[in-house]
Amino acid sequence: MKIRVIVERRMSPVSTPYINEFDLDVEESANVISVLMEIRRNPVTVSGEKVAPVSFECSCLEEVCGACTMNINGKARQACSALVKDLGSKIYLSPLRKFPVLRDLIVDRKRIFEGLRRVKAWIPIDGTHGLGPGPKVSEKTQRIGYKLSRCMSCGVCMEACPQVNDRSNFIGPAVIAQVLLFNLHPTGAMIKEDRLEALMDEGGISECGNAQNCVKACPKQVPLTFSIAKLNRDTLFYSIKRLLDS
Amino acid sequence: MSSGCEVIVVGGGLAGLMATIVACENNLRVKLFTLLPAKRSHSVCAQGGINASVNTKGEGDSPEIHFYETVYGGDFLANQPPVKAMCENAPNIVYLLDRMGVMFNRTPEGFLDFRRFGGTQYHRTAFAGATTGQQILYALDEQVRRFESSGLVKKYTGWEFLRAVIDDDNICRGIVAGNIHTQEIEYFKADAVVIATGGLGMIFGKSTNSVICTGSAQSILYKQGVKYANGEFIQVHPTAIAGGDKLRLISESVRGEGGRIWTYKDGKPWYFLEEKYPKYGNLVPRDIASREIFNVCVNMGLGIDGKNQVYLDVTHIDRQTLEYKLGGVLEIYEKFMGEDPYTKPMKVFPAVHYTMGGLWVDYNQMTNIPGLFAAGECEYQYHGANRLGANSLLSCIHGGMVVGKKIPEYLKGLDKSCADIGENLFEREKKSVLSKFERYKSLKGKENPYHLHKELGELMTENVTVIRYNDKLKMTIEKIKELKERFNKIDILDNSDFGNQTLFYVNQLANMLDLALVITKGALLRNESRGSHYKPEFPQRDDENFLKTTIAIYDEKNDEPVISYEEVDTSLIKPVTRKYD
Ligand SMILES: Cc1cc2nc3c(=O)[nH]c(=O)nc-3n(C[C@H](O)[C@H](O)[C@H](O)COP(=O)(O)OP(=O)(O)OC[C@H]3O[C@@H](n4cnc5c(N)ncnc54)[C@H](O)[C@@H]3O)c2cc1C
Ligand code: SF4
Ligand code: FES
Repeated sequence: MKIRVIVERRMSPVSTPYINEFDLDVEESANVISVLMEIRRNPVTVSGEKVAPVSFECSCLEEVCGACTMNINGKARQACSALVKDLGSKIYLSPLRKFPVLRDLIVDRKRIFEGLRRVKAWIPIDGTHGLGPGPKVSEKTQRIGYKLSRCMSCGVCMEACPQVNDRSNFIGPAVIAQVLLFNLHPTGAMIKEDRLEALMDEGGISECGNAQNCVKACPKQVPLTFSIAKLNRDTLFYSIKRLLDS
Repeated sequence: MSSGCEVIVVGGGLAGLMATIVACENNLRVKLFTLLPAKRSHSVCAQGGINASVNTKGEGDSPEIHFYETVYGGDFLANQPPVKAMCENAPNIVYLLDRMGVMFNRTPEGFLDFRRFGGTQYHRTAFAGATTGQQILYALDEQVRRFESSGLVKKYTGWEFLRAVIDDDNICRGIVAGNIHTQEIEYFKADAVVIATGGLGMIFGKSTNSVICTGSAQSILYKQGVKYANGEFIQVHPTAIAGGDKLRLISESVRGEGGRIWTYKDGKPWYFLEEKYPKYGNLVPRDIASREIFNVCVNMGLGIDGKNQVYLDVTHIDRQTLEYKLGGVLEIYEKFMGEDPYTKPMKVFPAVHYTMGGLWVDYNQMTNIPGLFAAGECEYQYHGANRLGANSLLSCIHGGMVVGKKIPEYLKGLDKSCADIGENLFEREKKSVLSKFERYKSLKGKENPYHLHKELGELMTENVTVIRYNDKLKMTIEKIKELKERFNKIDILDNSDFGNQTLFYVNQLANMLDLALVITKGALLRNESRGSHYKPEFPQRDDENFLKTTIAIYDEKNDEPVISYEEVDTSLIKPVTRKYD
């Protein structure tokens, strides 16, 4: 199958972007990562120029690690599960826009992890010593929790969200959904208020403009808008309670 | 001992994260080095589950039986005391993960659910849908983030381990690492270093592993004088799907939940595993299942559509059960093969999956270099000649726990801290890495490094996997040496000084070549069949000569491994013949 791959490149965070185009003949089953790997084996552009191989991030190649996320024909998604046969003969690759570019298709998604830290996305256990089984969890809670816990911090939902931009410091849908995950858990709920406070801070849940792009874009069907709606209520109740208690 | 120095953990998979957590609980400061954010480590790929004999199904399972089956499944090559300790700790580990909020599947009453895996008759495997590794990795990552918040952990994400700093008394004092984006190369001091860098599937080109599993760190250490054990024991998983870039795993849990392997014989479905192994059926250990599938396809020519593939069939199981218990795996099949596994049997073939061999460690997880520890898939301790499914996540976490507890003991006995060591040593080690990288940068030959790697992978997959012949192994060693020669003629392709992936890749390639030699030479010299290592010329297990751990030590003069053997501690269970029929 003959394809043309057009890559938006940049040699460093401060250098100017430019375009390289490559022609390739690949197998039906190829995905965008295997195409980029093929380019590394013969990094020559359509005009016959030998160039440095394109830098890109990937690891699992089965859409669970989130590393390979980029814009493919204008849509943010995982390159490893983007099959060439579904993309047409022209494939346009560019880095995610909502995160600082490091080089070529690699961006720095540190802010997602910082967000997780801000909302204390963890269960506050006493320690790793033997304390017997955890609290019982119903099958129903497990099913919701499991859906939320599949978020791979890929950033697609943030790329899709109009509220995540240069002018805002919106924490983003993914991190909000993680708050719900930890607030659902019996032990996690013990610091529920801390998480709600963090969400009520600057850049928190009130930044959400309800565009609902995130939930459509998420490759793992994380119930994002459901989580945001639920936490909107929880933060509201919490602020009323806080007011009454003060 | 005067403190001020810290612990370095290299690797943010299950093993590295667990080591970090326990070290922090002991009030040690940790610098955590990873290639990608820890959350993207290879452990995320584990699908099936984690073993622990909790016996919630009233089957009479116990840690003793788990211990026996692990040793037996490993064809008696593992030292037994650490395996026993691991199996005894397993219920605690699963409870701990449960407390950390891992979304394990539940029984209707809300208890942890367990499924069956290979090499056992018991329901012993706890699971979170079909993305167990992901769920556990995230839980540990979250706990580490908590320690990061409290200032005990400092993360060095995107810093690749390039060399250990070992002083003239042969004690480990830190590491040299390079930032894969900015390309800085720097040294970091520590009183204890933990290596938890995972597997090495990339040596075989395509495998079920993530592409960052190159074994590069292990190889570097082997060349620095760390013993490497049982390198030839490479697990080939029976059920993976073919792909141009990767062989994607279809987890053993699919058979644990009732999936059946078959092909056509005389026009009729033939369930060859069930026929030959009535007791274990589709859940015989991986080495056996892989050899049988290989035999049916390659020797008997009975693969589906005349290709090297057999059916893995779940179409008889109802959709709801499949979705709840196996959704994640079936989704992978659907996504990459474009066929619906709920209604059409999946097509699978064996693929390189796991290394039982790795850095040699003692029962405290310490290598032969004091202060240098190892845990997880990169070390050799728990699985002998063949690993049972769902025992790896367990060994990673258990090993990480042991390290975290043993480091404080080691530090107590240390008479000099790394702070008391002069800068000279560190500068010297940094310089040696810098000059190596300078040499790579000057490589302007004709060979494409990515292509060279592909050749290595094909060579290894062809000759050093399911069936091994001595003449082919000898030829493979010669070929690897040729590749090492050709390495000197590669073209570095990229001269930039920011985010230059090829530069780091070339270094990994050099390391993969060295480790490939260790694997192949170990295989050549082991003239018997045991676990994953099978030679038709020597089809029997030979305890008299080979109930021994293979030890590879780097010989600088000949640029080759020297192989010797060490006794195996079989003090708890007497070796017997391993049979599953
Ligand atoms: C597809 C698949 C499914 C599996 N399913 C199961 C299962 O169901 N049950 C089970 O028990 N086992 C399973 N396994 C095996 C198991 O997943 C692995 O053995 C285990 O996750 C390894 O964990 P680890 O902590 O040792 O290393 P990894 O998770 O591989 O982590 C290695 C870490 O080291 C870092 N690193 C590597 N090299 C360097 C370097 N040079 N410098 C700095 N950092 C470095 C990486 O960034 C990473 O953080 C499966 C394996 C595969 C391939
Ligand atoms: S919620 Fe979905 S899109 Fe957003 S980071 Fe998580 S997996 Fe990616
Ligand atoms: S490489 Fe992991 S999601 Fe694509």
